[in-house]
Amino acid sequence: MATMDRDRDDPEARLASHDRPDEDEDEDVLIDEDEDDGYDDDDLIADDDGDDDDDDDDDAFDALEDTHFAPVIAEKDRKKPYEVDFAVISTQDMAAMQKREMAHVAGILGCSPQHAATLLRAFRWNKEQLIERYMESPEDVAASAGAILDSRKQPKPVRIPGFTCDICMMDDDGADGAGMETLALGCNHRYCVDCYIQYLTQKIVQEGESRQIQCPASKCTLVVDETTIEQLLDPPVVAKYKTLLLRTFVDDNNHKLRWCPAPNCEFAIECHVPPSGLSDVVPTVTCRCGHTFCFGCLLDDHQPCICSLVKLWLRKCKDDSETANWISANTKECSKCHSTIEKHGGCNHMTCRKCKFEFCWVCLGPWSEHGTQWYSCNRFDERNSVDARDSLAKSRSALQRYLHYYNRYANHEQSAKLDKQLHQKTEKKMEEMQNTSNLSWIEVQFLNKAVEVLLQSRMTLKWTYCFAYYLKRGNATDLFEDNQRDLEMAVEILSGLLENPVDPDKIAELKQAVLDKTVYVASRREVLLIDTSRGLLEGRWEYQYP
Amino acid sequence: MSAIFAKRLQRELRELQASPPVGIAVETVNDSLKQWSIRIDGPEETLYAGEQFHLQFRFPEAYPLESPEVIFLDPVPVHPHVYSNGHICLSILYDQWSPALTIQSVCLSIQSMLSSCTKKQPPPDNQRYLMTAHRSPKDTAWAFHDDKV
Ligand SMILES: [Zn+2]
Ligand SMILES: [Zn+2]
Ligand SMILES: [Zn+2]
Ligand SMILES: [Zn+2]
Ligand SMILES: [Zn+2]
Ligand SMILES: [Zn+2]
Repeated sequence: MATMDRDRDDPEARLASHDRPDEDEDEDVLIDEDEDDGYDDDDLIADDDGDDDDDDDDDAFDALEDTHFAPVIAEKDRKKPYEVDFAVISTQDMAAMQKREMAHVAGILGCSPQHAATLLRAFRWNKEQLIERYMESPEDVAASAGAILDSRKQPKPVRIPGFTCDICMMDDDGADGAGMETLALGCNHRYCVDCYIQYLTQKIVQEGESRQIQCPASKCTLVVDETTIEQLLDPPVVAKYKTLLLRTFVDDNNHKLRWCPAPNCEFAIECHVPPSGLSDVVPTVTCRCGHTFCFGCLLDDHQPCICSLVKLWLRKCKDDSETANWISANTKECSKCHSTIEKHGGCNHMTCRKCKFEFCWVCLGPWSEHGTQWYSCNRFDERNSVDARDSLAKSRSALQRYLHYYNRYANHEQSAKLDKQLHQKTEKKMEEMQNTSNLSWIEVQFLNKAVEVLLQSRMTLKWTYCFAYYLKRGNATDLFEDNQRDLEMAVEILSGLLENPVDPDKIAELKQAVLDKTVYVASRREVLLIDTSRGLLEGRWEYQYP
Repeated sequence: MSAIFAKRLQRELRELQASPPVGIAVETVNDSLKQWSIRIDGPEETLYAGEQFHLQFRFPEAYPLESPEVIFLDPVPVHPHVYSNGHICLSILYDQWSPALTIQSVCLSIQSMLSSCTKKQPPPDNQRYLMTAHRSPKDTAWAFHDDKV
């Protein structure tokens, strides 16, 4: 089966690399560290300390573009350890795939490709099984699949004097049914053509059936053949039937083909990660429509957390939602003066309007502690729960532990929404500034990219808390938490930057700072994903199911 | 309702009234023909001999392409395939429906379902079903019990 490269047809992506013939030069400028963990030249790694030493404005902008279009670059060499191979499949591709299978089977069975198609559909595209059964008794297999091998047996509408249709109960010689045409499949269950048409239309249009539309007679399993359907029905219904037939191909090949779950998206994804592989890898795929999702469970991208934990977690959150809801509420009290604080932006750094106390939204602790001791905000201190003696204390501690992770998980989800809103406001402002100053459209685009990276990283962070909830503490988890903390810190800095009011006179500085932080956040995310995905492959992670 | 299927219902009504099968009788039919009640007598020499039951038929717009909704009204027979809310576990009423089936053939199937019963007892999952059941049995995802009982 052909595997197409991702994004090959993405016009934007093609344009991006085409417009920049000097790409390699730029990349050289940006490599400032030699990592031995699978990166090479055109992977972008910003300085780990996140300072903005040597990149001038333009380079940083290019760097951003390269990060954004990483899949295009990756296409020509290798993929990252957290990425999987996949291909976007259009309806045309699907038709071509089917044609190949049909030709193959037709060649073996010595029948026409159309009949091979009917047989294949009846066997859910299981070629081996079809061929085996067909060799045993071709007539039985063909008949039950609705394949008519002998064209002389093709059902044709005929008039039968004195006939009564069992569906509409009209007679051939009655006033209403005079001159009615009738039709029967090989089973000889005969009905009037009008009823046949209504029956088939109901099956196709209302019930969305296509593969196995059976004879209308009760308990008759003979399948109505394609030719009969094409002869009887109007072209639009036939077209719908053909589309439905095409779609069954994806459903029948569920182990390697899945529909993109985005509403109204017509593409499917081909990916060869079996269900058994879902504990080693998170198969994130991106459809040509732009939707990024998990091939394993079809939910939105949930790197770096594996599907089974995501499923457990979502069920738990649903069950415990009432307990947990208040935690993620949008208002909190200032821990110093107890006035009510509302969260407007996505940043966790809060300042009380009344008493000017600076604190962390997540833990309500003073912000001053967070510069160096951020860990108190991403790591649940298990020691506190060790001395839980009686069962009440234990269950209280279990809830506390859950809330610790849930709180942070929900916070990133909420912050992503706020970041998005904030961005929309800022964008409007920038548009206005374009009119009043000499800023060009391209110069304001850096914000879009920053927000894109920010939102993606928030989603990753969100799922790291689900992952951490199920992780058993050990040596391996220290590095994970360090990476989580680094990404979290980078994200909050970028988020805070975007919250600053835009001053037209200082736009160049803002742009520089945002670009630097964006590159940094993207690189922190990558470091985290590379480590977690390696851990999955190596079986480094141990889970607990509290 | 399409003219052709209104005609079919009229015709079915006429035939059921003219020559009803033993133990089956149309009781009421509303003006639009969309809701019927049919009496069904417990067949002789069965566990239900001497009892009388009432089936309610409701016909959708697309009848007979779509199945009618059929339930037992009170008193509901105690039977392994009949839930105490009147819902009937019978495949021809749901995914095995065929437009060539008729009201009469449905009634005969239900009659034979009663006849073949060897022990009067509700379905094993009766209580659970009642807690989760939809108003219409057509909204239930049925896993059919053995067809022969
Ligand atoms: Zn007819
Ligand atoms: Zn038939
Ligand atoms: Zn899509
Ligand atoms: Zn998944
Ligand atoms: Zn305060
Ligand atoms: Zn904190």
